[in-house]
Amino acid sequence: MSILVIAEHDNEEIKASTNNVVTAATNLEGDIHVLVAGSNCSGAKDQAAKISGVAKVLVADSAEYEHCLAENIADLIVAISADYSHILSPATTNGKNYMPRVSALLDVAQISDITAIESSDTFERPIYAGNCIATVQNSDSKKVITVRTTAFDAAQNDGSAEVVDLQESHNLGISEFIKEEIAESDRPELTSADVIISGGRGMQNGDNFKILESVADKLGAAIGASRAAVDSGFVPNDYQVGQTGKIVAPNLYIAVGISGAIQHLAGMKDSKVIVAINKDEDAPIFQVADYGLVADLFTAVPELDAKL
Amino acid sequence: MKILVPIKRVVDYNVKVRPKADESGVDLNNVKMAINPFCEIAVEEAVRLKEGGTATEIIAVTVGSSASQEQLRTALALGADRAILVETDIEVEPLAIAKLLKGVVEKESPDLVILGKQAIDGDNNQTSQMLAALTGYAQATFASELKIEGEKALVTREVDGGLQTISVNLPCIVSTDLRLNEPRYASLPNIMKAKQKPLDVIEAGSLGVDIEPRNKTLKVSPPPVREAGIIVETVDDLVDKLKNEAKVIT
Repeated sequence: MSILVIAEHDNEEIKASTNNVVTAATNLEGDIHVLVAGSNCSGAKDQAAKISGVAKVLVADSAEYEHCLAENIADLIVAISADYSHILSPATTNGKNYMPRVSALLDVAQISDITAIESSDTFERPIYAGNCIATVQNSDSKKVITVRTTAFDAAQNDGSAEVVDLQESHNLGISEFIKEEIAESDRPELTSADVIISGGRGMQNGDNFKILESVADKLGAAIGASRAAVDSGFVPNDYQVGQTGKIVAPNLYIAVGISGAIQHLAGMKDSKVIVAINKDEDAPIFQVADYGLVADLFTAVPELDAKL
Repeated sequence: MKILVPIKRVVDYNVKVRPKADESGVDLNNVKMAINPFCEIAVEEAVRLKEGGTATEIIAVTVGSSASQEQLRTALALGADRAILVETDIEVEPLAIAKLLKGVVEKESPDLVILGKQAIDGDNNQTSQMLAALTGYAQATFASELKIEGEKALVTREVDGGLQTISVNLPCIVSTDLRLNEPRYASLPNIMKAKQKPLDVIEAGSLGVDIEPRNKTLKVSPPPVREAGIIVETVDDLVDKLKNEAKVIT
């Protein structure tokens, strides 16, 4: 049996999270196939074919897959599922949206957000905001899995897989894309950045995030935020790092004015080096920080900026 | 419009949960239990739809042991009209919960089902999507805004890149994200009134679906511990450590 990986892409490009999932799939036995479902997605298709370790790329290029509506994508995946022992996707908002639908249609459990593969049926996954790691063994004939991308390195791009066009049309017609507001930024994406600087409630308002931007420019960093900063309207939702936001694990994570609630730590505590800047010396963020600086962020951050 | 709001009893979000010493499971002895935060947002959204004249009846439902009646009473105090407990003592997985909820959907025929996107215990984020699959309804997950327009729901969703708006046919399944609303607190008079509201108990077995677990938890262990770090005195010290000790900047 083969393994099916569902690609994350924007029709033009494959997202790095796809490469992480391919690496996870190499821990299982069987050829790795990648499904690219989109519309005018030849750019993504070509990139998928280059991912190392991929034997075959399946392409479903049709208007009904353009915006990754869960109803249509799930029906497509189910239609081609027969030959696969494992179906994997990244635990992105897209993967989290369509994969449980796939599982239920196949009448199998889903194993969410896995961080390690012990065998073909046994996986590790964090529960309770990462305060516990559960090792679970699944008894279903087909495993439907979402993968925590930070737990697996990205596969290289020096392969050349066979490409097969699928003639599969699945349009349930019960949902319709209206619009999207996607932030345009020259900065790296949060989930794949090497360096992240995040602001919390201590930033006081959205304007003050400018002082983080200047540091981010010098370090080539992405900018993140705690839930408190997003709820207060300082920055948009796509900045949120945490249990129910984005899970990140950069080489360097700088937490500025973030107290360190369990839910925030769940999203960043696997970072290689953590720096915390906070004026409250009792803030829980210092318990996970490699380097803590007890200082007023409004003096410390500009000073850091000047010294980089 | 009739709204069904499935909720879940979970460990309070302030509790730092630990594995049992023998790693056989999670230590839940004497911890505070509460309604899952995302479910509270779901109840609030339903109550606002009723207050705005769109909804006529709100039914809260949960799958669990009889202790879950406490959380159903909370939902009733927040504004649900009646409640249903689908009672079982086995630890049901999302697929089983979705199958049981489908049974409730068939009995109640709601126009809209609103539920939390994720329970903060298992962190699965599956039930709403599975319920949508089993009922054949459209799904609008991770909602930060919900408008009912005739026979459709217009839903803004929190996605990785920002926000996406979709239109879905009713009946549909909506799962709530954090920014959908800020739930109210139940007032004392409403807590008292909630005790008189109807709460029906259905045996899970009576719904005739397979709820046997498919996953076996072999062990629950603590996450890797981070080595304790140091406090630096100045920004200069910090830059020096990052450059020369951690070597993460140049």
